[in-house]
Amino acid sequence: MTEGPLTLAEKIWSAHRVMTLESGAEVIAIDRLLLHERTGGVALKSLEEAGRTVMHPSRVFATMDHIVDTFPGRTDKTLMPTGTAFIVSTRESAKRHGITLFDIDDPRQGIVHVVSPEQGIILPGAILVCPDSHTCTQGAFGGLAWGIGSSEAEHVLATMTLRMNRPPDMRVTIDGVLGEGVTAKDLALHLIAALGSNGAKGHIIEFAGSAVRALDMEARMTLCNMATEMACAGAVIAPDDKTFDWLEGRPYAPKDEVREQAIAAWRALYSDDGAVFATEHRFDAAEVRPMVTWGNSPQHAAPLGAPVPADALSKADQQRAVEYMAVTPGQPVAGLPIDAAFIGSCTNSRISDLRRAAAILKGRKVAEGVKAICVPGSTQVKAAAEAEGLHEVFLEAGFEWREAGCSMCFFAGGESFAPEARVISSTNRNFESRQGPNTRTHLASPETVAASAIAGRIALVSEIAA
Amino acid sequence: MTPLVTLESRAVPLLRDNIDTDAIIPSREMRSVSKDGLADGLFAGWRYTAIGGREIDPAFVLNQPEGKGAQILLGGSNFGCGSSREHAVWALAEYGFRVVIAPSFSPIFQGNCIRNGIAPIVLPREAVEQIAAGFADGTPVTIDMPSCEVRMGLAVFPFSMEDEARTMLIEGADAIELTLRHRAEIEGFFARDAAVRPWIYLAD
Repeated sequence: MTEGPLTLAEKIWSAHRVMTLESGAEVIAIDRLLLHERTGGVALKSLEEAGRTVMHPSRVFATMDHIVDTFPGRTDKTLMPTGTAFIVSTRESAKRHGITLFDIDDPRQGIVHVVSPEQGIILPGAILVCPDSHTCTQGAFGGLAWGIGSSEAEHVLATMTLRMNRPPDMRVTIDGVLGEGVTAKDLALHLIAALGSNGAKGHIIEFAGSAVRALDMEARMTLCNMATEMACAGAVIAPDDKTFDWLEGRPYAPKDEVREQAIAAWRALYSDDGAVFATEHRFDAAEVRPMVTWGNSPQHAAPLGAPVPADALSKADQQRAVEYMAVTPGQPVAGLPIDAAFIGSCTNSRISDLRRAAAILKGRKVAEGVKAICVPGSTQVKAAAEAEGLHEVFLEAGFEWREAGCSMCFFAGGESFAPEARVISSTNRNFESRQGPNTRTHLASPETVAASAIAGRIALVSEIAA
Repeated sequence: MTPLVTLESRAVPLLRDNIDTDAIIPSREMRSVSKDGLADGLFAGWRYTAIGGREIDPAFVLNQPEGKGAQILLGGSNFGCGSSREHAVWALAEYGFRVVIAPSFSPIFQGNCIRNGIAPIVLPREAVEQIAAGFADGTPVTIDMPSCEVRMGLAVFPFSMEDEARTMLIEGADAIELTLRHRAEIEGFFARDAAVRPWIYLAD
């Protein structure tokens, strides 16, 4: 180990250093590799074509989430005729290589960043990678987790390592208390709006401070999830008793004496006093308001009710976004009529998200003409929600209730919202045409999505109360 | 991987910030479990007149006569943000690009470029704009990987790149093959680590 005070990320990194190469890059041991059918299947296929084998199949897991349909009674067939090949290829490769697969009909199936924590695959102090940009979600458990490409995934399959230079450290400290009705999603959008879509500049972000410690595990996942929208190389939160309690009894998490031994080691996972970060930012949680995006980058976010920047037309990227989104500089997006509402994605599809949305929907109806869809993040989340009767709340309100998957976050399986539809969405990206041809996506918390679905326009929860 | 040592080409400007991988290759254009057959879908939402269509939009820069055959793409900041889909880089490579120059890149996209023989070169915005200004009159741009320079006419723009990445590009090396030469060290690490962190090592 290096002398002197260390950052959390540095401690974890050092514990995984196999060797330093002549180039200065390091060979870093990878503890867990996750794959999904869109980018994982191609990595397995490429590995096979090169005549190579999977070095440690027991530490590789695959799930179906990106291509698979979310309609009830789904099969290998997808709306997009070419989708089936991704599903079948991934399944067959996983079987050939002895990789654990959470297949379409498996009760453990779901969005990769929802099922990995559910199964105890991500652990504090571990390094986990996945060919999916939202892998940083899992840093919420005090491990290092980041998205890679399919070629890097192939490298991990073959060598259970990556060749990398250690990314620099950034600490984002958020102290204070989030206001009533202000969520981790709002906090994430607040940070991205302040720091910018390139604000993390390839650093590993450690989220710290009393407001972060106060978040429950699912809220921590939401916060870490959105860190990739600032161009981070990973996000991490120091693990604590909430983390250890949450993981207890999960299938792949340690048990009994090994768990005790692990927790003893995990308690050393924090940034030392005096540890040096390349960059530091501080925020006050009390300043965060419910947020909504108005443009085509998550950084185009503002408090609900606040106007689209009045000078947006003078900045090239904002001008394009204003035109594409059909919004008016100087006018708030709150109040704009919506065509659709979506609750789902690796950002906001866990049981606590569904409970909070259902509390708003209970006894109310989705406005006429609004297509409203709820897609639980995993089959387990779906089952838990149904055990509580939440599905009835969603259905009675006029929401569709789907099988687990990524779904309309990016028209997985070929499904999409109508051309130019204005969508209020609990997802993570508001890019051009992401949810369908020329769709206009506004990102917000599940609460704001639920309230807007009822109102038929972008609305605060308080506007529909009483 | 084809080595990239020096290259001379026109440079096509697409200077929007935050060009995401959904824009580079939309989900609907990823049709098979393959790294091939993606060039047609490159920038499909901008290159063609309608979503899902194939009618060329002559206003888009790649469709202008000066852009034909160019191997260098100029982008805005945070180029390649969004989804980790390597299909974005495979599409760029199949279309013929060997170099992307931008003020900054998304970290995952940057890594994907290097694994596919495309050099992601970071230059200040002013330099990217200066190079872009040479597009209209067809000024060729030279990429010199060993000396870490981009040159256009008399202008020289030095850049820096991590040695590991630069070496991989210049040699066209196969990263997996290089790493597997250290198999003994890797297995040795796992054997030692299993005693320290037994909870990580599940039974194969």
